[in-house]
Amino acid sequence: MTNEATVLNSHHSDQLEADQLKADQLKTARQARYSPGQSAHKFSLYLYPLLALALLLLVNVLMDPQFFSLQWQDGRLYGPLIDIVNRSAPVALLAIGMSLVIATGGIDLSVGAVMAICGAVCANLLLLGDWSIPAVIGLAVLTGVGCGLLNGVMVSYLGIQPIVATLVLMVAGRGVAQLLNQGQIVTFQNPDFAALGSGSFLGLPVPVWLVLLALLIMQLLLRRTALGLFIEAVGCNAKASRYLGIDDRGIKLAVYILAGGCAALAGIIATADIQGSDANNAGLWLELDAILAVVIGGAALTGGRFSLPRAVIGVLIIQALSTTIVVSGLPAKFNLLIKALVILLVLMLQSELFRNQLKALLSFGKARGGKA
Amino acid sequence: MKIKSIVAGLGLCFICHSSFATTVGFAQVGSESGWRTSFSESVKAEAKKRGIELKFSDAQQKQENQIKAVRSFIAQGVDAIIIAPVVETGWTPVLKEAKRARIPVVIVDRNVQVQDESLFVTRIASDFVEEGRKAATWLMSQPQAQQQCNIIELQGTVGATAAIDRAKGFNEVLAKHPQAKIVRSQTAEFTRAKGKEVMESLLKAEQGGKSICALWAHNDEMALGAIQAIKEAGLKPGKDMLVVSVDAVPDYFKAMADGEANATVELNPHLGGPAFDVIEAYLQGKKDIEKLIRTTGDLFLQDTAAAEYEKRRLN
Repeated sequence: MTNEATVLNSHHSDQLEADQLKADQLKTARQARYSPGQSAHKFSLYLYPLLALALLLLVNVLMDPQFFSLQWQDGRLYGPLIDIVNRSAPVALLAIGMSLVIATGGIDLSVGAVMAICGAVCANLLLLGDWSIPAVIGLAVLTGVGCGLLNGVMVSYLGIQPIVATLVLMVAGRGVAQLLNQGQIVTFQNPDFAALGSGSFLGLPVPVWLVLLALLIMQLLLRRTALGLFIEAVGCNAKASRYLGIDDRGIKLAVYILAGGCAALAGIIATADIQGSDANNAGLWLELDAILAVVIGGAALTGGRFSLPRAVIGVLIIQALSTTIVVSGLPAKFNLLIKALVILLVLMLQSELFRNQLKALLSFGKARGGKA
Repeated sequence: MKIKSIVAGLGLCFICHSSFATTVGFAQVGSESGWRTSFSESVKAEAKKRGIELKFSDAQQKQENQIKAVRSFIAQGVDAIIIAPVVETGWTPVLKEAKRARIPVVIVDRNVQVQDESLFVTRIASDFVEEGRKAATWLMSQPQAQQQCNIIELQGTVGATAAIDRAKGFNEVLAKHPQAKIVRSQTAEFTRAKGKEVMESLLKAEQGGKSICALWAHNDEMALGAIQAIKEAGLKPGKDMLVVSVDAVPDYFKAMADGEANATVELNPHLGGPAFDVIEAYLQGKKDIEKLIRTTGDLFLQDTAAAEYEKRRLN
């Protein structure tokens, strides 16, 4: 009887222990659960890109003491800082779209060409004359979405490698734009449409507002719903996500469509800015700047994580760098070399491994110095 | 006797043929830009005027198409061939074939790289250095440039021949005018969007551009972008700041007619005339022709801009 009681008792305590274990596991699982924007590394993730940006701005101030000066001119703020933010707008829009594509483990090389196509669509519609501005914008965005759809279908349903599938449109797209423009630079006179590129609203340039709006909508869509989580899951492991019931193909299709839409907006801004569509040069190589910005923002090209605000900081770094080079007065032939070196430095500073190695090297030097 | 008369008859026939209609084959690059289109049109018009039968081939920017075209010209037995090469290299074999067939070849616009210079008669090209000189000479003749004159330069793509030579010609003239100097120089890659972006930054780096007397752009597209930036900075392009560039595209004539730009040197698309001159001289037996013939376009100013715009817009 006593024996039996002991057995029962021990069985009972086993049960308790198991429950405790389960609760602990649940707790750690909860803690480890994906929680947007609450990672322990959050601070350092933002620290280094922001540090790089601050350094670049500092270099500019040293070269030109007036650099931070902002004036109120013709009903808008005017100054070098505003220029940097304004000129970042097209690439920022591309980078927002590119972040999502890269988060699924893909890449979209066609966004620059899509910009050119959408610009050509805008310019030609405006020349026809009997189209309202919202209709022109709508059709241009629809064109971009169509291009994204094409990319998405090739990648997710036909199973073509993203880099190959989007390369098709990267090359052919510029041809399509040239065809639309019949090989010429199509210019138009339309102050209302031009305002999208060079106008201002509440003191800030319109392109900046467009980027902020796109960023806000995307951030809400991705982080306040499960969509962002799904995108990252597909990027980590598409097969596993499919077994979990996530429609991985649908998600991939959606991100390419979003990237196409963002590229269309960027194309509209670029076209409105110069009041003309230059099919040969509009958005040329901007897809690479967008990819670079996303990488500076700490995303992995293998997919699985992304951050829109950090990608936008990456764009600001690239643009601030371009402005620095222009203002520096160095001969133009050094532009690309300087750009490459600075970008390399920024990327290396972001790498924890490199920072640790640097720290080890410095402390080694200190120890040696102390002994001597 | 019989054979002699046949030979004489054939010879007579040959002379008749060559004196009545010269046949010239023209291997053009394609129609990638407005300038290229007017170049093709100019050659066609010139041939018609001179009564030359022109065989025109559009290579769609591909060298293999051009080589095919030249071979077919040789097979058709044309009197001369004009090539506007897509690229500089890879021309030796097909030029040798033409030489073996005793057909003179004239190169226009871009260069070709061949070991043996006797493979072509001559090359006719735009003189970019002279274009730069013309632009600078005009600028230095302006009243604004008599006192101290600070100039912003927008360069073309780094390394492009047009950019290097235009800068060279401009600086040559500038060296004789100590009161004028280039204070800022950056590349805007020959495009309108970059012209605007770079000009924005440069104006801000120069305290809003009030101390700048002129903008010198290596092509019209960059100047057109920069004009927008100057306007947005609250200055009047063409008045507060002189604007001079090279190319003479229709849009630039419109800007000149509106008083927002001052001068442009035409990138000469009329290379057909000199090419046919050389061919006719060669066929008449002149052999000592220079290996490089340079042409430059004219300087256009605001006074003729409105009329030129109307004329060019239609093309």
